[in-house]
Amino acid sequence: MNGEHGVAPALDVPATIVELDDVYKIYGSGATEVRALDGVSLAIRAGEFVAIMGPSGSGKSTCMNIIGCLDSPSAGKYAFSGVDVGTLGRDERALVRRHFMGFVFQSYNLLPRTSALSNVELPLVYEGVRPALRHRRAVSALSAVGLADRQSATSAELSGGQQQRVAIARALVTEPPVLLADEPTGNLDTVMAREVMTQLTDIRRERDVTIIMVTHEPDIARYADRVLLFTDGKLVRDGTPSEVLA
Amino acid sequence: MRVLDVLSLSAQAIARNKLRSFLTTLGIIIGVASVVAMVHLGQSATRSVTERIASIGSNLLFVMPGTSMRGPGAVRTSAENFDLSDVEAIRREVDGIEVAPALATTARVVVGNANDTIPVIGTRNEYLSVRNHPLDYGRVFEPGELSSGASVCIIGKTLVDEMFLGQEPLGATIRVGRTACRVIGVLSEKGESMGQDRDKTILMPIKSVQRRLVGKLDVSVIYVSALVDGTTKRVQSQIESLLRQRRRVDSGGVDDFYVRDTQEIAEALESTTNTLTVLLGAIAAVSLLVGGIGIMNIMLVSVTERTREIGIRLAIGARARDVLNQFLVESIVLSTLGGIIGLLLGVGGTWLLTWKLDMPFVLSPLIMVVGFSFSVAIGVVFGFFPARKAARLNPIDALRHE
Repeated sequence: MNGEHGVAPALDVPATIVELDDVYKIYGSGATEVRALDGVSLAIRAGEFVAIMGPSGSGKSTCMNIIGCLDSPSAGKYAFSGVDVGTLGRDERALVRRHFMGFVFQSYNLLPRTSALSNVELPLVYEGVRPALRHRRAVSALSAVGLADRQSATSAELSGGQQQRVAIARALVTEPPVLLADEPTGNLDTVMAREVMTQLTDIRRERDVTIIMVTHEPDIARYADRVLLFTDGKLVRDGTPSEVLA
Repeated sequence: MRVLDVLSLSAQAIARNKLRSFLTTLGIIIGVASVVAMVHLGQSATRSVTERIASIGSNLLFVMPGTSMRGPGAVRTSAENFDLSDVEAIRREVDGIEVAPALATTARVVVGNANDTIPVIGTRNEYLSVRNHPLDYGRVFEPGELSSGASVCIIGKTLVDEMFLGQEPLGATIRVGRTACRVIGVLSEKGESMGQDRDKTILMPIKSVQRRLVGKLDVSVIYVSALVDGTTKRVQSQIESLLRQRRRVDSGGVDDFYVRDTQEIAEALESTTNTLTVLLGAIAAVSLLVGGIGIMNIMLVSVTERTREIGIRLAIGARARDVLNQFLVESIVLSTLGGIIGLLLGVGGTWLLTWKLDMPFVLSPLIMVVGFSFSVAIGVVFGFFPARKAARLNPIDALRHE
């Protein structure tokens, strides 16, 4: 039923793009053992906008990092696009991030003292794209987030909202099928937060990108069409915002 | 990732922290500069020694009375001097040589109002070619002057400059000791050699010096020049056996004279300067090594400081090897820059010092290439450990690093 949401036609992406099967993430051992994820199973279909919610320490960020191939599960199976990520090496996971994921962080994580344009170009540098083409694509990604006139500004010269939009442009410049956002509005006031969320929903409407967003604010979670609620490392509720947040 | 991108990434990182980059490379700069300068100076010293010895006269043998231990720092004891019959005997018995007797003394010399104590050498015309010290102008001694011991002299350039004050010396009469002496020639300029002004000298017929200045019929040194290269050893042994016979030295007895070869002296001095060059070079190489450790230190600090940046790069798709390359290239670029600057400073310093010390300026491409490659190699070796540390970071830990 999601066949028409195919991300990149050549890839033959199955309907389910992210699938966690009984995933654990355990820190320490014995008495000091902490179960950040305690047997989580979930599936996300291509093109969905999913919000992961929960109090701090509930495992929502850990879950997100595992989905983003930034972290590996202690036990359980994670399949991305049908590929078992557990069988991939370090560099292969880096290639998955490079080609299939875009990241947006709470603290923006732009390179300091580097222009907005260079920040956006960076993923293309690692892809080995030629400078002229790289420049064109970065400019168009910046324009898409409404920052075409701030190309040469460094992070220090941009507002929080603008920095986050640069980060979104950087995440999307490689046109990845999945966008991962970890508390994207956490450091922003409500006006800027609304700006950024509008940007995300616009992007989703324009491209068939799957968005997975961690947040602890119900207002922000309402932008999504599905909410996963975590408590103590377990997925406790899964449904539409109105069902889960009621 | 394209090679040019890796390079520009490193260049950006270096340019962002200019002072620190400079301090990091300072160790390499000093190391390479000192290696290049020390070895070059050593070679200059060797060259300078060789040149000076060549200027004394090539294939030259000194025959002197006395007993000597071999090698530099020789001990000389007194023995009966030679006389002109020994010189005649050498000339007669040994083939392929030119011989010049010399009786050296010093005398009070008066020229007009100027007077000074000057070394005077009593000799013959052969001296000019044997000692490689030709006439500048004027004439040599005539046979009659030599056999009669006439009061004529050939003077060095220093006398012309300092005592004649640039006036025409030819034909002038000067006082040498108690003898009035006519100037017939002027020697060409030789400059200073082994701390001696070789232009502050007067040549007179040996018989004149024997009779008028010294009062003895001695010959203090016999200079012998082998006319054919590579025959000095043969000439030396022929002279030795001839003189042993003439001076009645028993076989197995100790010679009461010695024959010294300039080549031998040159070789001894050369090996000394070569040893010094190696020593100085080794000390300088240690400073280059210390410079490498400096690079490693700063790169390690830099990796820690930029952990978050590394996390960001890993998150957006950098592989471990991309991060490794970035930091490795950064340290190679730093050490290469240091190598280039050090090379220029080293060559500049060598030029300045050789100019100040009046030594020949020798440039050795080999040393420059070795010094430079060493600096690049140090960047690779000492950059690898920090770069590997950066590449091994776990993306999520690196991102969370404050």
